[in-house]
Amino acid sequence: MASIWEYANPRKFMATSAFVLPWIAGLAGVCLVVGLVWGFFFTPDDFRQGSTVKIIYIHVPSAIMAVNAWLMMLVASLIWVIRRHHVSALAAKAAAPVGMVFTLIALATGAIWGQPMWGTWWEWDPRLTSFLILFLFYLGYMALWEAIENPDSAADLTSVLCLVGSVFAVISRYALLFWNQGLHQGATLSLDREQNISNVFWYPLVISLAGFGFLFLALVLYRTQTEIRARRLKALIAQERMG
Amino acid sequence: MIALLSRDLALAIRAGGGFGLSLAFFLIFTTMVPFGVGPETGVLAVIAPGILWLGALLACLLSLDRIFQLDWEDGTLDLIATSPVPLEGLAAIKALAHWITTGLPLVLAAPVLGVLLNLPASGHGWLMASLALGTPALSAIGTFGAALTVGIKRGGLLLSLLVLPLYMPTLIFAALCVTRGAAGQEALTPLLLVGGITLGCLAVLPFAAAAALRVNLR
Amino acid sequence: MTLRVVDLACARGPAQILAGVTFAVAPGQALILRGPNGAGKTTLLRTLAGLTPPLAGRIEADPDAIAYAAHADGLKAQLSVRENLVFWAGVFGTRDITAAVAAFHLGPLLDRRAGEMSAGQKRRLSLARLLVTGRPIWCLDEPTVSLDAENVARFASAVTAHLGRGGAAIIATHIDLGLPTAQTLDITPFVAKRIRADDPFAEAVA
Repeated sequence: MASIWEYANPRKFMATSAFVLPWIAGLAGVCLVVGLVWGFFFTPDDFRQGSTVKIIYIHVPSAIMAVNAWLMMLVASLIWVIRRHHVSALAAKAAAPVGMVFTLIALATGAIWGQPMWGTWWEWDPRLTSFLILFLFYLGYMALWEAIENPDSAADLTSVLCLVGSVFAVISRYALLFWNQGLHQGATLSLDREQNISNVFWYPLVISLAGFGFLFLALVLYRTQTEIRARRLKALIAQERMG
Repeated sequence: MIALLSRDLALAIRAGGGFGLSLAFFLIFTTMVPFGVGPETGVLAVIAPGILWLGALLACLLSLDRIFQLDWEDGTLDLIATSPVPLEGLAAIKALAHWITTGLPLVLAAPVLGVLLNLPASGHGWLMASLALGTPALSAIGTFGAALTVGIKRGGLLLSLLVLPLYMPTLIFAALCVTRGAAGQEALTPLLLVGGITLGCLAVLPFAAAAALRVNLR
Repeated sequence: MTLRVVDLACARGPAQILAGVTFAVAPGQALILRGPNGAGKTTLLRTLAGLTPPLAGRIEADPDAIAYAAHADGLKAQLSVRENLVFWAGVFGTRDITAAVAAFHLGPLLDRRAGEMSAGQKRRLSLARLLVTGRPIWCLDEPTVSLDAENVARFASAVTAHLGRGGAAIIATHIDLGLPTAQTLDITPFVAKRIRADDPFAEAVA
């Protein structure tokens, strides 16, 4: 019986990902071009925020993907801890820099948007601060991966860090809400979207969100392939040394 | 377990053990603040809660890499791992010893430093309470971080990078508690939240630290 | 109780070091491990001690029966000889250190700090720790390093006395301890210097 765990075999993963990667990358490109061009050039200006609102097509998807990347790392770490699938650990490792860059993009676009809107580049608002802390978590996670030589130990320790870090990230989020009621607007995307955003902005936003999602998937697949190749190389070198 | 605790305390007090260093650091850090921000008592009173808590946090951080590193280097950790003491117990005892040698002196010294920084009288009780409740969490989190990085040469910097974000919620609630207490506002809620974080850390983190130690020992 | 090792495979990091190690050590017996430097004696002992999980095979013994002594002495320089021994006695839940002190002639050194002792004296203290553990099976990694001839003899008689009490010992060493009843196991035939079989990234190698 075919099981999803088959893809935890590096060989199977390499073959499958080599097949799907071009399609996902293509989808990411198409969605990003359509979503961003539509959003930037074919939507009206907001009556309050003017054309600055258009940064939303980058800001919101990257913020959502920044959090989702961490969630994906959490799931991958759990799979590694429970089922010891090496590809899962490497996928978590591969996702971290991508998630970190999304976090940076969200922070940077937020600052660029915030300057004309709130008159300041940075505000110690709970949402902004949460993303800054998320950025620090990404940094620590990646630094731990880099610092440990034995790849299996590194996978174990970073998984433990990811699990513990996730709990603390959630606590930090609530601590920040308690600490300071911010000036960030409420969630743009939610189930009762009618109240927040009209269809004119909604469709291009969803398309660019899909584009960012596919982009993330493509980058993680690509980086996981690279990690697997690096591990194969390491195995070859180790074998060579032992003669 | 008691043998472990009394040995750690004895080692801390003996020459080169570093007992009191954290306290001295806390003292120096606090006395440097007025040189940085100016001696106006009004300004100092406003920032005192945050400064005192930041000082306590950094003082804790200073001694974290000693928690397991010395035992790791001289082979003691290997031998303890083969002894009847479970690594979870070891982690809990190490956190307790770290708290007794670092956190407890800070709690006791904090009111004096509060006076130096012109902390309003109503804030002193909250300062001591928040430190007493919060510093055990700092020790437990730090023990976990030390267990993660014990196998890494010169892991001190990495340890700070890993541990500081985890200190964030404790710092936020504790500093808020003192700020509100000093301003005569309701401060019990953040204090209880600090206590909650501490209890959670004490319950869970020794297990995470033991898991990390096991990985590092194999 | 008998320590029985069946078809054991040991790894250190990404490398499989030993495969198919099989032996048994009954109470009262000593086993001398031999093999060139880097053959895997330390790895085998660490696996027996439960620090490194085995790749394959079984170790049939109560893990609480094994006392391990590594290359490193595991002593605290700031504590005296007595304090070091009392600490380990506390950790292992035994109280009495007099037998350990007598066996390695540590009486005159009891109040000396470990940091002020010579390498050989530290080694004696570290070996005395084994008696304090009260455990029957000793796993010793190069126990005689930096010991002089007199103390090697002292160590040998401590091992003999331990065997006489129904204990067992597995000792990795290069010198002849003069233990009359000891068996010798050369681990060279078990050496398997290759990449771990469970490494899923070694497919290009295999």
